[in-house]
Amino acid sequence: MTAPIIEARGLRKSYGDFEALKGIDLTVRAGEVFCLLGPNGAGKTTTVEILEGHRDYDAGEVRVLGHDPQHHERSLKARIGIVLQSAGVERFLTVEEVIELFRRYYPHPRPLDEILRIVGLEEKRESLIRRLSGGQVRRLDLALALAGDPDLLFLDEPTSGFDPSARRSAWEMIAGLRNLGKTILLTTHYMDEAERLSDRLAVIADGRIVAEGTVASLREQQAATVISFREAPGDILDGFDGTARVEDGRVMIETDEPTRVLHQLTSRAAGAGVELDELRVAPVSLEDIYLKLTATDETSE
Amino acid sequence: MNDFVLALRQVRYQNRSFWRNPTVAFFTFLLPLIFLVILNALLGNNIRQLPGGQAELAYFYVPSMVALSIINACYTSLVMTISIARDDGVLKRVRGTPLPGWAYLFGRIVHTTLIALLLVAIVIAFGAIFYGVDLPARTLPAFVLSVAVGAAAFSALGVALASFTPNAEAAPAVANATVLPILFVSDVFIRLDDPPRWLAVLGDIFPVKHLSEACQAAFNPFQTGSGFEWLDLAIVAAWGLAGAVLAVRLFSWYPRD
Repeated sequence: MTAPIIEARGLRKSYGDFEALKGIDLTVRAGEVFCLLGPNGAGKTTTVEILEGHRDYDAGEVRVLGHDPQHHERSLKARIGIVLQSAGVERFLTVEEVIELFRRYYPHPRPLDEILRIVGLEEKRESLIRRLSGGQVRRLDLALALAGDPDLLFLDEPTSGFDPSARRSAWEMIAGLRNLGKTILLTTHYMDEAERLSDRLAVIADGRIVAEGTVASLREQQAATVISFREAPGDILDGFDGTARVEDGRVMIETDEPTRVLHQLTSRAAGAGVELDELRVAPVSLEDIYLKLTATDETSE
Repeated sequence: MNDFVLALRQVRYQNRSFWRNPTVAFFTFLLPLIFLVILNALLGNNIRQLPGGQAELAYFYVPSMVALSIINACYTSLVMTISIARDDGVLKRVRGTPLPGWAYLFGRIVHTTLIALLLVAIVIAFGAIFYGVDLPARTLPAFVLSVAVGAAAFSALGVALASFTPNAEAAPAVANATVLPILFVSDVFIRLDDPPRWLAVLGDIFPVKHLSEACQAAFNPFQTGSGFEWLDLAIVAAWGLAGAVLAVRLFSWYPRD
């Protein structure tokens, strides 16, 4: 088996008294799209910036393509591409000029025309950066990260602030990169983005990894089905042997045995002559799983 | 890939970027000329004592505006542009690539130095045409050395000070507050004939006056030697060296948290 592209063990980082990372373990293998999913402030950016070499860590072990990113080795930087959440670029150069300038930094750059095609900026190649729209600047960010034809690509919240159609086209672009054989580490706080793009994901909350695996395996770890209906008068839940909660006037029951539970409920309701209004049976959403996993002590109390 | 070629390419792109922003280019070049015209209009015909004889103040203002040009183009502009580039994440992006850090800074410093040299040439031409102040061929080597030492030292100090600016918004205030008062006690805007002792000492401590005096020596019409002011140049160079050490030690590629 080949060595992992990224390997982190017991990664810790504090800013003053604040412990941003409380021991992160991560393994990213060649050719996969790995997603770090978590709410704002969970430690996503700190983790990814340590892996990129932009931040030092306090304790633990990190290997990225076999190097410790803290050492700023040029041979590592030649093999990675970084899309930061926000990073400026000389505004009075053209798209083509900046990409060309960056290509020269790398030993084996990707051809200019190919880069422009991948990110869809062919039409804008002669435009000054300052004339680009926000979405076009994000495409340029990706273009610059691809300039050196990297083996590993870091994408830190690549679609935050995008409108739905821009997000969709960004997703297609990222899916296209996977087909080029790149290993991609991406951070996001959007569930649908993680579900759509990632081969594997880790959910990070409060500086710790709280779950890791494929989207499907995360689903399996949790109750699979939610039965819900409008809160009804009467006592049909008396002696009910599952966990039920009430949310916005709806009774929600999560279960692994939907058939049995549904039968129990409906026969009680029918027996009592109560109608279960808006009765719904649905698979648990990734969002539910995510919210459950990332609930901090504060909100779960 | 040859790193030096990469560094030279940085100069070329910085230069291209500069000239595409005509407002910045225009006012960078206009500022010392405005000062030259105003100062000469106010005081230029006054006769003052220079080392070796008496001459019009124009002989003082042309070289002092040369010094101002160097300080403005190297020091002030580097403090501001590096602070802005750091705040915008331009430096952080570069830091994530294999481009050596020195090559990037080389690009910025050499670019500003080239601008400073052009500015110096324009000031000299302006002085010769409108005020009849000529640079004697005899002192040309000394003058070139003074400009070179000044540009190098004030670039190093600019990069060093950029490490102390907390953010881009603070950069103009920091740059101006550090340089303007010193300019006034340093024989640049006004000739200090009999200054209070503490002001004279202040002027002697900082490098501005020494750069200005080294330039003035080259323009002095009574100059009989080659015009090298070794002590002044050594003081300017020492400041530059200190700046370079600070710049290397404190430079940050990342916006302040």
